[in-house]
Amino acid sequence: MAQQVFKRPESLKDNVFHYCPGCGHSIIHRLLAEVIDELGIREKTVGVPPAGCAVLAYNYLDVDMGEAPHGRAIAVATGIKRCRPDLVVFTYQGDGDLAAIGTAETVHAANRGECLTVIFVNNGVYGMTGGQMAPTTLPGQKTTTTPGGRMALRDGHPLDLSRMLALAAGSVYIERTAVTSPKHIIKTKKAIRKAFKVQMDGQGFALVEILSACPTNWKETPIEACKRVEQVVATQYPLGILKDATHEPTADNP
Amino acid sequence: MKKGFIKIDSQRCKGCGLCVSVCPKGRIRIAEALNLKGYHPAEFQEDEMDKKGRCNACTLCALICPDVAIEVFRE
Ligand code: SF4
Ligand code: SF4
Ligand code: SF4
Repeated sequence: MAQQVFKRPESLKDNVFHYCPGCGHSIIHRLLAEVIDELGIREKTVGVPPAGCAVLAYNYLDVDMGEAPHGRAIAVATGIKRCRPDLVVFTYQGDGDLAAIGTAETVHAANRGECLTVIFVNNGVYGMTGGQMAPTTLPGQKTTTTPGGRMALRDGHPLDLSRMLALAAGSVYIERTAVTSPKHIIKTKKAIRKAFKVQMDGQGFALVEILSACPTNWKETPIEACKRVEQVVATQYPLGILKDATHEPTADNP
Repeated sequence: MKKGFIKIDSQRCKGCGLCVSVCPKGRIRIAEALNLKGYHPAEFQEDEMDKKGRCNACTLCALICPDVAIEVFRE
């Protein structure tokens, strides 16, 4: 008898993704659904999706979702979590959403140590609106608003927001991963799982930054785009744990 | 030796080719035919043998498939 060793997670609806072929968002959605299934938290999880390509994340993840205005996901999530601390609350945001428009609430939420899980998808461009420069765009990278390539002194330097958030006293766990090969995908799932556990143990602010391919706006094939993440993007944004101040919960320090 | 097979949902597949690039056994290829959305879907080459051997249900293709179009079975 053949035994099924890989199947669609239950927390992922049956809908076909609207994402482009080879888009990293799709992989990250599946990993989130797998983690939610494995932790058994589907009935008490609330997600806050962004503006951007992932604006329709609620069509795919079978948990309660509440849309936020552009950049405001962490502010909305803070409200939900403070009113209902028994729920597991996560945001799902791109780099344009979190690292540009939502910088203020993101920095302050991390600094206050809000007990949230943040999934931060970094593909270096504004995807949905047609590939404009984002704060995370690499030096020299061509986008629709930097047709000759990004120049640091004119357009700003690439912003490593995760590293800034790691300095904030209230953040507990921050890791950067990628979804460009099976090995990195397994690591990303582990990081997402840990970021949920940190919240469920009441430890504080947890964020996973995931380097993800946007083949469409990079004008590359999915395979080339995944290579670019590993060989080029990861030199600017090195993978690994940026902060881990988690502790094993004990009776007097839960 | 472990043996396995995969099922690809050809209407869900967008022909991105990532599964083809990670399969250690070279068991997946992109089809000539189009699916309803106009993509060339991936297809599993079950019967043709080459020296890399049969599918061993390693799940690498399913792990990377963005569209969750692949199910993996072990025999
Ligand atoms: S534009 Fe880029 S980020 Fe948006 S769905 Fe397409 S590949 Fe994904
Ligand atoms: S399970 Fe492994 S061997 Fe089988 S088709 Fe997928 S990648 Fe190839
Ligand atoms: S990885 Fe998935 S979507 Fe891409 S070609 Fe293979 S089966 Fe199709």
